Amino acid sequence: MIKRFIALALLVGVGLIFTTLMMTYEPDANLNLTAHYYAEHTANDVGSANIVTAILVTYRGLDTLGEVTVLFLASSIIGLVLSLGKKQNKTLRNLVPVGELLTTGSLYLAPIIVLLGVYVFVNGHLTPGGGFPGGAIIASSMLLLLLSDPLKHFSHGLISFVESISGFVYVALGVLGIVMAGSFLDNRILPLGQFGELISAGAIPLIYSLIGLKVGAEFSSMLANLSEMEDL
Amino acid sequence: MAYIAMATGFLLILIGFYGALTNRNLLRMIVAFTIANSGVNIVIIAIGYMHGRTAPILDSVVPVAEAANRIIDPVPQALVLTAIVIGVGVTALMLAFAYKLYERKGTLDIAKFTELKW
Repeated sequence: MIKRFIALALLVGVGLIFTTLMMTYEPDANLNLTAHYYAEHTANDVGSANIVTAILVTYRGLDTLGEVTVLFLASSIIGLVLSLGKKQNKTLRNLVPVGELLTTGSLYLAPIIVLLGVYVFVNGHLTPGGGFPGGAIIASSMLLLLLSDPLKHFSHGLISFVESISGFVYVALGVLGIVMAGSFLDNRILPLGQFGELISAGAIPLIYSLIGLKVGAEFSSMLANLSEMEDL
Repeated sequence: MAYIAMATGFLLILIGFYGALTNRNLLRMIVAFTIANSGVNIVIIAIGYMHGRTAPILDSVVPVAEAANRIIDPVPQALVLTAIVIGVGVTALMLAFAYKLYERKGTLDIAKFTELKW
């Protein structure tokens, strides 16, 4: 009882802070300096129609590399933590048989979902979307396959191969940016092309596709590790 | 509009905090943290919103020359894109730890884990 009271008192305090913040908040009438710079210069400097993509992949590309690294660390630690003290003689779970509809439907849908994911990250510089949503969509098709067959085993070798190759090429493209264009992860190592076309914005579609593959592989390895835990 | 989104975000943060403070089940606490996380993302997006403007994507509707007067702030959106992905990683990590704790003690009740209590 007293604990619940303390928790509620704390929440009222935090709520008061939030209310004050909201009451004193005034939406900006104009873009601030940073946003204004991005709005003015993205089209000429980077050539990407989607300004958010230009910020993520080129202007703040190093942060995105760090983010992908954090995700990689998270998926590796999950694999490590779950494999510690794992019993060898696994008892097979008694599962309710999966219905015909789910099996056929998931086999039919999974390739289409992967295709959608590829579409999302290839068009990352033109439409809302990009490597991270695209990778998550690819991983969701893996989740669908796991739902239809919980005992399914994905090839960890393939997943880590895709992950390491895309990570390596991502960093290699960044270093190529230093050599050929002037800064790390500069997208002008390839011609900028016609603004708004699929093949444009220099290396952005390439880098974002690699990010998409890497994120998809990381999420898939998380799913595979979590699903391979034995029954308790 | 920005105020509705912001109020929703703050409310979600409060709901998440309440759930994390009052529940003793680890899985429920993880769900509560995820809700608070979504609330933070909504608040950041709401700060970037500006009335009467459109998404920061340049096309025939938003020509390059007028971009600075037609688009909303793209920086919060880029931040939230990062935050969402990291949030997924953190949630998956919490779930893996919760699984290991359950394996050790056979319970998910946080009051039963007293090793670090003084």
